[in-house]
Amino acid sequence: MLDAETPGALPRDPAGALALLERMQLLRAFEEKVAELYASGQVAGLVHLAIGQEATAVGVCGLLRPGDTVYGGHRSHGHALATGADPERLLAEIAGRVSGYARGKGGSMHLVAADTGFVTATGVVAGNISLALGGAFAAQLRGTGGVAVAFFGDGAGQSGQFHESLNLAALWRLPVLFVCENNGYAEFSPLSAHTGVERLATHAATYGIPAVTVDGNDLGAVREAAAVAIQRARRGEGPSFVECLTYRLRGHYEGDPAKYRDRAELAAWRAKDPIERLAGRLADAGLVDAEAAADANRRARAIIAAAADAVLASGPAPAGDLTTDVTA
Amino acid sequence: MTAVYADGMALGLREVLAEDPRVYLMGQYFFGLTRHRRLTVELMRDFPGRVWNPPIAEVGYAGTGIGAAISGLRPIVDIATASFIFQAWPQVVNEAANIRYMTGGQTGVPVVFHITHGIRGGGASQHSHSPQAMLMNTPGLQIISPSTARDVRGLIRAAVQSDDPVVWIDHVKLFDIEGELPDAPETIPMGVADIKRRGTDLTIVATSLQVQRSLVAAERLAAEGIQAEVVDPRTLVPLDRATILQSVGRTGRLVVVDECHRSCGVGAEIAATVAEDAFDALRAPIIRVATEDVPIPFSRTMEEAVQPTVEKIIAAAHAVMEARRPRG
Ligand SMILES: Cc1ncc(C[n+]2csc(CCOP(=O)(O)OP(=O)(O)O)c2C)c(N)n1
Ligand SMILES: [Mg+2]
Repeated sequence: MLDAETPGALPRDPAGALALLERMQLLRAFEEKVAELYASGQVAGLVHLAIGQEATAVGVCGLLRPGDTVYGGHRSHGHALATGADPERLLAEIAGRVSGYARGKGGSMHLVAADTGFVTATGVVAGNISLALGGAFAAQLRGTGGVAVAFFGDGAGQSGQFHESLNLAALWRLPVLFVCENNGYAEFSPLSAHTGVERLATHAATYGIPAVTVDGNDLGAVREAAAVAIQRARRGEGPSFVECLTYRLRGHYEGDPAKYRDRAELAAWRAKDPIERLAGRLADAGLVDAEAAADANRRARAIIAAAADAVLASGPAPAGDLTTDVTA
Repeated sequence: MTAVYADGMALGLREVLAEDPRVYLMGQYFFGLTRHRRLTVELMRDFPGRVWNPPIAEVGYAGTGIGAAISGLRPIVDIATASFIFQAWPQVVNEAANIRYMTGGQTGVPVVFHITHGIRGGGASQHSHSPQAMLMNTPGLQIISPSTARDVRGLIRAAVQSDDPVVWIDHVKLFDIEGELPDAPETIPMGVADIKRRGTDLTIVATSLQVQRSLVAAERLAAEGIQAEVVDPRTLVPLDRATILQSVGRTGRLVVVDECHRSCGVGAEIAATVAEDAFDALRAPIIRVATEDVPIPFSRTMEEAVQPTVEKIIAAAHAVMEARRPRG
């Protein structure tokens, strides 16, 4: 799809292509660092990683412009980073440091990076979907041309909030993009244990929302689908639904040994690693050779290593901040 | 025999499943994400067809439990993390709680909702709620809030035997606490408090995990020569006001320890009861040890500062001991 005419398809210039690859590498390096810090006790609490799902975050967020808004969930480190959030301030938040985006009050599940349009993230499954509708509603009324994006999982699709939000968005033609990251599991249960509906995109049709299911580990496919949806929203044609078939390569949360998945399944998805696939594709197209890709990866890892050093040298969130930021 | 709290839970569930074919479990997170999760697996193995795994659809399956209860079953509906009972709120507080009354007494709803409340370590604002005071403010709901392996086992039986709805509240930090279990099954009646420790100098009324913290505090106070009586109401609705009033009548001093927020918390109700009905017995103003009136912060430092601790209980005990109003 490298030569597709769709605006979202992979860039044909080496610099643009490399930037996308490097952003995915940055997400991977970031989350591997979080896993490392969790294992060594320097990060605690409930932490959900999206290693293996980088193409969805980068594929969608790479097409947004200032004024667009993103609403995440419990597995949203990558979504925030993909909007351009500062890795050091994000990591500081996840480590409960005063230098974090929310000065240690929010943590891993409640990230915010208002400067890059990452409005909020919720720990309540599906809680962000209607919030994105509000962002879209405001953009529509103000005529900004802005688009709101909600990222959520396959599990969220079983909730009432999801269905209420789809109906409302369609009814009011809101400029919202529903991005369902269908990674096949909600906590420890496969999708089939939660619903008889195999493709979440099916639900969108009920409400008259254009929907597509794509290979979520293929950056080009995600970008194409998202680009069409974003264009539609900006033209005032209402919501779209993009279901991305993907997989989390780690457990549900850090500390989950993920014994409920078999090795063959894991191996099959490892072979579909979105970063390696993109690198291979860019090499085949003569856009980014292996050496340039490796250099980019080193740069990404250096950025994250420096961020982690700075975070670990910084102070914890002060207990004295406890009673600030609340209207009582 | 000696057992941890989680074993008491599992035994209680096992006994009601064995005794009463109307009992079904709806939900598989009775033990949260803890190592005790295997106990649910054992129940599923030993009671085939009696343990159901609902999708992320709390309002839907809470309602299903209510409807099944009206129709002759005795479902125990697991909402898991207490914060998610808000997703089921309309069915719990507006249907289950009201149906008996609205039908002029005809229709009972013998359902049990299970939630795990409280500050768990890194749960942040959206996974740390203690909604018992909100539930207590809803006429029609009974609330059991055990603090030991023995109490949880015996109260599960009372809850299942009740013809009206019950909310069963555990704290995840109770799961590993050891206690004694009698050999034979027992039913612990609703509305009967337990004096967990006898003392003559002050009364500490505590609930859930705070009973355990208060017992630790009482040991330390004893080393200083202060004898605290620790009263555990065990059920919040019905509340054994008589036992609390009698204890304060003997000691003349009261500290209330509860993990709800201070304003309108369970502690506030207990303090108000004593102020109204045992004012003359009080030799010092009542002190509430509660969670500060702010959302629960993520970082460890702030999380420690927001909640009741052994140190705060000891400080409150010292304060009530220092006040020297003669008996009225
Ligand atoms: C309303 C609500 N119910 C239950 C949970 C507990 N929970 C956390 S993540 C999760 C699974 C979510 O699955 P999915 O939406 O597929 O997202 P994924 O974790 O796969 O990214 C559940 C049930 C929650 N956070 N919120
Ligand atoms: Mg999922």
